[in-house]
Amino acid sequence: MDLNFTPEEEIFRSEVRRFLADKLPARLSAKVINGKHLSKTDMEEWHAILHARGWLANHWPAEHGGPGWSAAEKFIFEHECCLASAPRIVPFGVNMLGPVLIKYGNEAQKRHWLPRILDGSDWWCQGYSEPGAGSDLAAVTTMAVRDGDHYIVDGQKTWTTLGQHANMIFCLVRTDREAKKQEGISFLLIDMTTPGVEVRPIITLDGAHEVNEVFFTNVRVPAQNLVGEENKGWTCAKYLLTYERTNIAGIGLSVAALERLKRIAAQQMRNGRPLADDPSFSARLARVEIDLENMKTTNLRVIAAVAGGGVPGAESSMLKIRGTQIRQEISSLTRRAMGPYARPFIAEALDDGYTGMPIGPEAAASAAAQYFNNRKLSIFGGSNEIQKNIISKMILGL
Amino acid sequence: MNFEHTEERRMLADSLNRFVAEQYSFETRDNIVKGTHGFSTDIWQQFADLGVIGALFSEANGGFGGAGFDIAVVFEAMGRGLVVEPLLGSAILAGEAIAAAGNEAQKAVLADIIDGSTIAAFAHDEPGNHYELARVQTRAERSGDGWVLNGAKAVVLHGEQANLFVVSARTAGAVDDEAGISLFLLPANTAGLTVRGCPTIDGGRVAEMSLNAVVLSADALLGTENQGHATLERAIGRGVLALCAEALGAMEAAKTATLDYLRTRKQFGNLIGSFQALQHRMADLLLEIEQARSAVINAAAALDADRLTRECALSAAKFSIGRIGALVAEESIQLHGGIGMTWELPLAHYAKRLVMIDHQLGDEDHHLQRFIALGKQVTA
Repeated sequence: MDLNFTPEEEIFRSEVRRFLADKLPARLSAKVINGKHLSKTDMEEWHAILHARGWLANHWPAEHGGPGWSAAEKFIFEHECCLASAPRIVPFGVNMLGPVLIKYGNEAQKRHWLPRILDGSDWWCQGYSEPGAGSDLAAVTTMAVRDGDHYIVDGQKTWTTLGQHANMIFCLVRTDREAKKQEGISFLLIDMTTPGVEVRPIITLDGAHEVNEVFFTNVRVPAQNLVGEENKGWTCAKYLLTYERTNIAGIGLSVAALERLKRIAAQQMRNGRPLADDPSFSARLARVEIDLENMKTTNLRVIAAVAGGGVPGAESSMLKIRGTQIRQEISSLTRRAMGPYARPFIAEALDDGYTGMPIGPEAAASAAAQYFNNRKLSIFGGSNEIQKNIISKMILGL
Repeated sequence: MNFEHTEERRMLADSLNRFVAEQYSFETRDNIVKGTHGFSTDIWQQFADLGVIGALFSEANGGFGGAGFDIAVVFEAMGRGLVVEPLLGSAILAGEAIAAAGNEAQKAVLADIIDGSTIAAFAHDEPGNHYELARVQTRAERSGDGWVLNGAKAVVLHGEQANLFVVSARTAGAVDDEAGISLFLLPANTAGLTVRGCPTIDGGRVAEMSLNAVVLSADALLGTENQGHATLERAIGRGVLALCAEALGAMEAAKTATLDYLRTRKQFGNLIGSFQALQHRMADLLLEIEQARSAVINAAAALDADRLTRECALSAAKFSIGRIGALVAEESIQLHGGIGMTWELPLAHYAKRLVMIDHQLGDEDHHLQRFIALGKQVTA
């Protein structure tokens, strides 16, 4: 038993810290700390900085431009980025499509698409969910009908995160209406500038434009954009959903958010003393802090098992459930810490170019919005209830 | 990073688990618990011969272990078997106090504790101190070269069977001052010491003790006068880790029993484990037990760290175990339905032990408050 990282891993950690100190623009980390919305160019800027260092596609094997890190090194990188308030890597191209192409794509597809993910030529979004296919993802009905060298795609995708910035979308489409649910699905890459593709914003309860609906009407997609075999797209879909989930608990995000919350609790007053000294608030704070410490070790145990040749199968479901519960509790406490100032909400204050006076403490501007936005954590990526189904089937054997 | 135990500890765990599975059946334990002695001297001797007690002491003190993960491995196995023999009171609490504070003459008794011939008891809690470490009302007054003790001690583990007591008493300061607590070593036959034993709801016996003008010679003082608090904290810290690991073993056993039940019990023509309402509760239990395991690992790893790191990890673990232990107990009974309410079902006894562990060495609330207070010392 040894809970410490190796000396080599600690050297790696200092290398990451040095990089972040040198290269992370203060303008970007300030936006992350204050819960401001990152623009498309903000995200592209950070991707370019990481790509220049060779650290953007950190899950990819070295031959395709990844750094070849171990699970522990990826954990350290993710953790340090969070502590430094770096923007998160937009996952759709780098962390989702990339690994699928590497595993199931043909040579031409890898040669064409992978470099474009790295250099930012393409912005990918994910065409998985549909109005009638949420947790029951295999119920997708968007049709792709073969027509010579093309597929004709008709249907609708939804919850398409950052689709408004994207020029490409990877989709689960039905190519066989007769086959059993999972067997008639294919994995198709679609250029969003093709005629018949329409993106409409969905405004979420926090007033933000983060997700979209994408409509396909008679969209002609070259057949060479099919990844893997026709009707075998579910294999790609599952691989994508389980790939590299050792960081799914978001430990780094929670540690950073908890540190921020503690600073806030030391400043905000209740009954003439800092909120940090209030018995009920400090008890809730301590509970989540302890839960997070335990979770960190649980996460490291999974990583160590992976390093020892194990596979993080259903364990990632445990990390997802508890990791998201912790993140939600911290954002709930952050909202509470603002007291009455959680309510005033100037949506524009979270965007670039706002010059008005803030209302209340600086951290109040985004506290409630982030809390409401974080309700998504237990819903997306397989709702926490779906994760419990996975645990009871895969681990408990029920 | 490595979450595997050493080869030695794995062997110790294997042989202990085998011993418990083969020699400590539910019926055996039930008979021990129903007896008046509180534990089996025969099994106690076998534990000593197996090296279980020695594993809890460092080489310098005549053992061959004594590290946090030695305690964790031993007590997880004890928890799986609901073992009631006096490992916690004799080896961990009293043993650590003697090992940490004793002079060479006093430490000679450690060999007898390790070979099982001496049962030592740790008499610190008092009526009304409610887990508060520094609240000691029992008084020790100087008398000639020696001491006179007066007071009462509460819920002392295996108090009737002990040959030797470690007793805390106030020698200076206010009733809840950390400074001014001293420790004493008393043979069980000391005049003025009365012990009244009783059974517990979760197995194993405890005793109420009173000290009426107990006269001790100067060499009964264990450690430095007025400086007993640090020793108490150290011994209780090791006890906290032991209880957390024991709870973990009991949780694993409760989980296995409950899963077995979900896989065999039928209602409405189906296995009840096929019902999603029950599956999700079981998935929650699994997740919580993994968190409890992480808490135990954190505490074991911190046992030799600086004081604040160590005590924070110990209180975090005891809080986690208190919360999760009660949850596992309550949910296991509920998932079993009516049969979970019966004495004949071993699960019910695991549930009782899990809940009662929260009543030893500080409960969930106590350790949450303590974690908060320690956190302020870290930032101060």
